[in-house]
Amino acid sequence: MIEATTAQTRAVAPAPSSAPPVRAERNPGIPLELDWIRDVRVNRSAVERRAETLPRRRTVKKEWQVAWLLKAVTLLDLTTLSGDDTPGRVRRLCAKARQPVRPEILEGFGVSDLPIKVAAVCVYHAFVETAVEALRGSGIPVAAVSTGFPAGLNPLPQRLQEIRASVEAGAEEIDVVITRAHVLTGRWDALYDEVRAFREACGDALLKVILATGELATMRNVARASLVAMMAGADFIKTSTGKEAVNATLPVGLVMARAIRAYRERTGYRVGLKPAGGIRRAKEALDWLLMVKDELGTEWLRPALFRTGASALLTDIERQLEYHLTGRYSAAYRQPLA
Amino acid sequence: MSKIAEIFETMEYGPAPESSAPALDWLERHGRSFGLFIGGQWVEPRSGETFDTVNPATGQPIARISQAGKEDVDLAVEAARRAQPGWYALGGHARARYLYAMARQVQKHSRLFAVIESLDNGKPIRESRDIDIPLVARHFYHHAGWAELMESELEGYVPVGVVGQIIPWNFPLLMLAWKIAPALATGNTVVLKPAEFTPLTALLFAEICQEIELPPGVVNIVTGDGRTGELIVRHPGVDKIAFTGSTEVGRIIRVATAGSGKKLTLELGGKSPFLVYEDADLDSVVEGVVDAIWFNQGQVCCAGSRIIAHESIAERLTQKLRARMETLRVGDPLDKAVDIGAIIAPVQLEKIRRLVRQGEQEGATIWQPSWSVPREGYFFPPTLCTNVSPSATIAQVEIFGPVVVLMTFRTPEESVELANNTRYGLAASVWTENINLALDIAPKLKAGTVWINCTNLFDAASGFGGYRESGFGREGGKEGIFEYVRPEWEAASEDAATARAGRKRVAARARSGRKLDVTAAAAVPPIDRTAKLYIGGKQARPDQGYSLPVYDPGGRLVGEVGRGNRKDVRNAVEAARKAEGWSRTTAHLRAQILYYIAENLAAREREFADRIRALTGSGPAAAKREVELSVRRLFTYAAWADKWEGAVHHTPFRNVTLAMPEPIGVVGIACPDEPCLLPFVSLLCPVIATGNTAVIIPSERWPLAATDFYQVLDTSDVPGGVVNIVTGVRDELAEVLAAHDDVDAMWYFGSQEGSAMVERLSAGNMKRTWVNYGRAWNWEDEKQGQGAEFLRRATQVKNIWIPYGE
Repeated sequence: MIEATTAQTRAVAPAPSSAPPVRAERNPGIPLELDWIRDVRVNRSAVERRAETLPRRRTVKKEWQVAWLLKAVTLLDLTTLSGDDTPGRVRRLCAKARQPVRPEILEGFGVSDLPIKVAAVCVYHAFVETAVEALRGSGIPVAAVSTGFPAGLNPLPQRLQEIRASVEAGAEEIDVVITRAHVLTGRWDALYDEVRAFREACGDALLKVILATGELATMRNVARASLVAMMAGADFIKTSTGKEAVNATLPVGLVMARAIRAYRERTGYRVGLKPAGGIRRAKEALDWLLMVKDELGTEWLRPALFRTGASALLTDIERQLEYHLTGRYSAAYRQPLA
Repeated sequence: MSKIAEIFETMEYGPAPESSAPALDWLERHGRSFGLFIGGQWVEPRSGETFDTVNPATGQPIARISQAGKEDVDLAVEAARRAQPGWYALGGHARARYLYAMARQVQKHSRLFAVIESLDNGKPIRESRDIDIPLVARHFYHHAGWAELMESELEGYVPVGVVGQIIPWNFPLLMLAWKIAPALATGNTVVLKPAEFTPLTALLFAEICQEIELPPGVVNIVTGDGRTGELIVRHPGVDKIAFTGSTEVGRIIRVATAGSGKKLTLELGGKSPFLVYEDADLDSVVEGVVDAIWFNQGQVCCAGSRIIAHESIAERLTQKLRARMETLRVGDPLDKAVDIGAIIAPVQLEKIRRLVRQGEQEGATIWQPSWSVPREGYFFPPTLCTNVSPSATIAQVEIFGPVVVLMTFRTPEESVELANNTRYGLAASVWTENINLALDIAPKLKAGTVWINCTNLFDAASGFGGYRESGFGREGGKEGIFEYVRPEWEAASEDAATARAGRKRVAARARSGRKLDVTAAAAVPPIDRTAKLYIGGKQARPDQGYSLPVYDPGGRLVGEVGRGNRKDVRNAVEAARKAEGWSRTTAHLRAQILYYIAENLAAREREFADRIRALTGSGPAAAKREVELSVRRLFTYAAWADKWEGAVHHTPFRNVTLAMPEPIGVVGIACPDEPCLLPFVSLLCPVIATGNTAVIIPSERWPLAATDFYQVLDTSDVPGGVVNIVTGVRDELAEVLAAHDDVDAMWYFGSQEGSAMVERLSAGNMKRTWVNYGRAWNWEDEKQGQGAEFLRRATQVKNIWIPYGE
């Protein structure tokens, strides 16, 4: 037997001293730092390589996979954002949010005591009141996509008004979408002011800033927009509305995660990450968790700092959970509809 | 609390083992004991000796392996020898089908190969599964293509014959593929020895050869330790040795094969630089370092083991690296979520520990993550050494473990200086978002592969191999194919004895026609001319005041030349090194100068022809023809100068892989005795046309044409030091050149003994050699006396990988 590390060969150097201590409070934002924005470098090929190999370097199996899938459920912003949404549809979604996994499955795993419910329900402003009503007593917050979702091109006062109306209607979280033109034309001050205004309009409500990365053209723009949003006081930065041609991809998520890390290292504030759009498979949800754990740390794997915005994903997670329990591959129709 | 509830809280990783059951079944089917694969059959070793192969993750033996002895190696070489003509005669298409079948079989059994590889070698299953085995299949596919295309694309080339191949333990099956695929594609047969630590996948590959009904003897696998390797290296029935391994062993092989006529390729050690400029994407750089040094436990010949970072970002990079190191996972190689597996063997582990201890003693700050590695098996944690100076042992010596050193630089120029401050030259990695900087640095690095913003990328379409003491030859790409063939004419070339007979005939002819010349010459006494050496663009008297007489074939003194000695060679090499700027001139300019030399030589055609007649006694027509041919040759290489181009390889990534032929550096040339001018020009031109500088020893017997030639050089704008001429005793001077560590290549055209001497001494700094083994060369022949072969020998291919995308 070989002892691999000896005390002699280990001279642990002092921990990095320049980083500020981690702050528990909500990110208040900081003044716009244009030098920092200009210094941002992102190498697309290298980022893609990391994103490609990451899910091949990490995996969870057996009980670990079950626990991680359950965690993924609790990090879910269960979402319906369709033109044909109705109060009935929203109420159904809320019912599912309260009980996202069949009780007998939780029992089977011996985890009935775990608080397995989704992180939030995400709807259009028009359905905030319906959702708040349907979720009353569950502790599940309602998130509203305000600010002229998904294009976000309504006049600013209207968008701010929409935020205030959503908050007033009971939304505890607001998902806003930025003006892509500010990014594409490099008007960082305009972007900063816009997000700052959103933040003020939110008041105590949590602010999730959608970057619509599929329309930002380059990885460097994604990184810069991420930083500006955080400087302006975002609680979360979110990849997509779900309506762009390309939505949440792992490389983009990696760039945003690294921006979050840089912001934490420089300011001490922790900002959350929310991929949304196109995440439909349990495996993809796990890949995001693996990426976040490796790049940001385990502490990010909680609703305050990580969400997945999805609708169809939950059914696939349920199928996987049932498979783990019974050893038989499950079918979608066995899982209760949202 | 249930286990699931507990994991739900901690969100830790759990075990994710790849099943070893199918691999163990395979081992059991063989009774955990393997013979040798010779002539398409499994045979017991005549040596009667066996040894165990061990799982490095547990220290437990896995299987009993045969130690091939002399008789066994003899049998294997005989089998390969018997099979070779038939294998070549099958034709490219048939060979392509076999290689295609190998690729398919490797793919079909990919997981079995991957698991066995990880069991035997200790590398993480992620790597064997996602990197090694897919690259193996790709290598066979790619070379199936070369087999198919050989007749059309390699016209005038034939197989080398029987190839002895010795491969290392770090990428067992991948190195097998790198060796076997190009050899078989070009019609050679092989005797391959896998490393004694990792023979298993080679044995599984042998089964595949049986399965696809590869003709017996085409592939022979003989297992064993260094003794078996030595038997292969020294075997007279082997025509070429291809070796991948340490520089130390490579040097021994170079010496052992010196003068044998065996073709040789060596892929050796490295201490590859990893350059980080201030505008690099540092988070990506960190992952680059992970791929560079924590890939395969750092047991990679091209591992980026020297981080050379700009001072302004070094501290930030160090912090980021340390944070990343904390999240690396070391452990069971068969765990799918493990980054770093086991070190191959206790001896290697001990070497790593010793070097890290030494690094610490020499003042380095050693940093390792807070977690500890498994106690069972051979593991070593990822290690980052800072406060390291270039003179530290750990900055110079190849550690071959998960240990990286970090140094800093101030300017791009200094970064190149630090990067090239090594005997090795296998690979380099350059990290910057500035394409101007990247493309400025890449050509300046002495390395066979340069990765821009990436690292450790490999592909069959791209050549891989070293500069300097990292060896010579390329594996992969078209540049790799040429290592397994030789010109058709060479195979049929006459030997030295025939050449000597020919010379006598020439001399006899000369004597008969001499009378007239003597009468003419006797009328007016010639002005005494002093032929000097030509060094650094100046005529130089020899260090010692000795001269050598030059006689014509009739024994009459025609003149004298300086007898150069080791100091003259030293001065000439220094001048040649100083003239390195020649390599950065444009090919157009070099062509212009070669044309100008031709112009000036042509203007003095008569004078040179007379000189040749006086020296060699050849007839006027022959003398005139030699000068004319020399002019033609100058034109030929002036033409080639801007046409000896590289390639853009089609590697399956979003990138351009530029294969650039680069000059080797300072090239020593020893000319044959005769003819007196044409070989001198034929050897010098390709060397300088491609940007090398030269130290050339002219014909020992008739050097005066060459000393006249420096006047031509002087009038042709050749920068001083590009061509240096040292006259004297060929083997005396060649010996100094071959042993000179600042000479990068040596071409020698003299005796068999001299050839052996040059090859032997070249091992000192692993210089590229080209020798004639005493065989005569028909310099007038356009196939033998000029062409692509000369240009290929005068250059080495650097592959630059440039991923793109914003």
